[in-house]
Amino acid sequence: MRSNELVPLTTLSSGEVGVVQALVGGLRLRSRLATLGFIPGARLMMMQNFGYGPLIVNIRDTRIALGRGEAMKVLVKRMTNDR
Amino acid sequence: MTDDQTTMTKPEIRNQITVALAGQPNVGKSTVFNLLTGLSQRVGNWPGKTIEQKTGTYHYNDTTVNIVDLPGTYSLTANSLEEQIARDYIIKEKPDVVVAIVNAAALERSLYLVAELLELSVPVVLGLNMTDVAEQQRMHIEPHVLEAALRLPVVPMVASKNQGIRELVEAVDHLARNPDSYAPCRPGIREDHQAVLSQLQEIITGQVPEPYPEGWVALKLLEGDREITRMMQERLSPEKWEQVHAILMQHEDAVLAVAGARYEWIGRMVRAALVRPTFGQISLTDRVDRYATHPFWGLLILLGMLGLIFWLTYAVGAPLQELLDTYLVQAGAEWVRAALSAAPTWLVELLADGVIGGAGMVITFLPILVIFFAALGLLEDVGYMARAAYVMDRFMHLMGLHGKSFLPLFLGFGCNVPAVMGARVVEEHKARLLTILVAPLVPCTARMAVVAVLVPIFFSSHAALVSWGLVGLNLVMLAIIGIALHELVLGGKHVAFIMELPLYHLPNARTIGLSVWQRLVAFLKKAGSIIVVVSIVVWALSVLPGGEIESSYLAALGRLLVPLGGLMGLGWQMMVALLTSFVAKENTIATLGVLYSAGEEGTRLAEVLPGVLTPAAALAFLAVQMLFIPCVATVATIRQETGSWRWTAFSVALLLVVSFAVGIAIYQGARLVGWGM
Repeated sequence: MRSNELVPLTTLSSGEVGVVQALVGGLRLRSRLATLGFIPGARLMMMQNFGYGPLIVNIRDTRIALGRGEAMKVLVKRMTNDR
Repeated sequence: MTDDQTTMTKPEIRNQITVALAGQPNVGKSTVFNLLTGLSQRVGNWPGKTIEQKTGTYHYNDTTVNIVDLPGTYSLTANSLEEQIARDYIIKEKPDVVVAIVNAAALERSLYLVAELLELSVPVVLGLNMTDVAEQQRMHIEPHVLEAALRLPVVPMVASKNQGIRELVEAVDHLARNPDSYAPCRPGIREDHQAVLSQLQEIITGQVPEPYPEGWVALKLLEGDREITRMMQERLSPEKWEQVHAILMQHEDAVLAVAGARYEWIGRMVRAALVRPTFGQISLTDRVDRYATHPFWGLLILLGMLGLIFWLTYAVGAPLQELLDTYLVQAGAEWVRAALSAAPTWLVELLADGVIGGAGMVITFLPILVIFFAALGLLEDVGYMARAAYVMDRFMHLMGLHGKSFLPLFLGFGCNVPAVMGARVVEEHKARLLTILVAPLVPCTARMAVVAVLVPIFFSSHAALVSWGLVGLNLVMLAIIGIALHELVLGGKHVAFIMELPLYHLPNARTIGLSVWQRLVAFLKKAGSIIVVVSIVVWALSVLPGGEIESSYLAALGRLLVPLGGLMGLGWQMMVALLTSFVAKENTIATLGVLYSAGEEGTRLAEVLPGVLTPAAALAFLAVQMLFIPCVATVATIRQETGSWRWTAFSVALLLVVSFAVGIAIYQGARLVGWGM
């Protein structure tokens, strides 16, 4: 899974790093996410993802909790873990 | 307010300026506001809106500075009512200076709002707050370098430790006196969208209503801002709107491009000023959150916290409440009786029972309110509230509520008043309204007290089962009504769950104290007067005209309700008991005691009641009692918190309909199956 394919944010597991590639979904949701820094090119780290329920990502020094439905709309590219 | 026309030309003799305080959530803005204004602050509503507006003043040299605290928003795009209020204020009221507070520990994210502020023409002073937290996160910021890049006054601050406030005040004063010195670096738009933007601007030129800047309107169109889009659609001729619409359709992605350009600008601004550790440092917050936001441990921690709050309420609040009742309320009533022994009986009764009874109830609420508000304030201030919301969100979402609604609703088991007031922690306007509307369905201790007395009388062998069943009934109704109102109030829209989890930090006593103080004052001032008036009215109805409740207007009203009561197997006495429960839920028992001449103790009621009520009617009565309109204190608080008599009336009507419908369903259902008749 080190390919360049786009995956929804929900597929990152805790501790994995990704780069935002695109936002899909309604204008209002994209606008809110973009405001918080979910912009193509932005790096984020999955802080908590149990595979169900909401998840937490760290983006631009902020921990953001997202519902699964919302996280599905954020398409990312998985990065090799460089911690 | 300021008198711009006459004094603009001579700023040196101005002695009144208006400053708007802007900032994203979780940047310490309210701490800054509290430090600047102290107890001079006034809490009201934004004109025509049900969102809280805080204003205050401070004095600096010979200048009186009026501060308006704008709602905390992530941006100035009208995605929410708060964002619309914030930007409308800046554009239409044109404050002399905007103080933008940013969180140094999340500098880039919180500068986003500043990027949007700089697209408007108002002068901005940047309050770089929480520099201590940034240092803890091993981020190092050079304020002077940032200042040089932004070409704005930048004031480093630690508001929680009262550092930097004086410098902020000086910077505001300096900028207000020298507006010409202000020439900030403003964010631009990416080159690939430059052409589109000027194309849009060309079409709308001359058509934009005052006081909106044309370039800004074009930008907001490109971002897909609903308000601005609607405004321009109304303003433009159909042909011109068609052109605009065609351009916007071609550039559906522009919302990301515009936001992206702002973040690129921010990146350039902070590049030299910010030294940060490598990406993905694990902080204390992350370590705590492994448990606090865990689906299992998080729930356990939350339950522990709630247990602690309730323990405090009963261990400290309840005895205090009794002390206040004995030594203040009852003693006051005794004193009135003694002092006015020569006065007419009706006057003594009015003062001792009506006025002091009502005012006394307001006073005895205070200990519980202080404990609940302090607990809420503390959990909010340390940053735990967002975690509780996160843990509970999956459950609350089922009924269209936000996770943040959970805590205030849970407090409702103690008392509905703090539940309604606590709904303030829910920032989103509609979700807050929904929380307030369902809050009275949480059975409070006073209702449970009535259940505790009445259930054993009728259902001695299954008392626990019936009591829990009644609580369960309330919660089921809460869920059903929550889902139904969600369809109605929110139009059934899925509430997006996007929430910031702020860094944990030490609580600030001043912030918590002020939040408790403000909520108490709001309760006493607005709700208090309604409670006293309604208590007096109900008291008067229960003694007029003859002095006996049996022959009173209230009893007459109860007799009027007999046809309704009959559907539930209830006589007029039971309907009167329900009516008096409006003043305080505990009144139910006292009223029944008086009406069935059984004294006020449950023991004699136990002998009388089974003779006049069938088990089916008793169950119906208990269900109605649990779902009935809340006490007057809660209703008054709903009025105060929604700022709307219409929503208050809606809430009362809804609960009346629901409670009687359930009562009738239970009694008629029992009749059908032939149980308990």
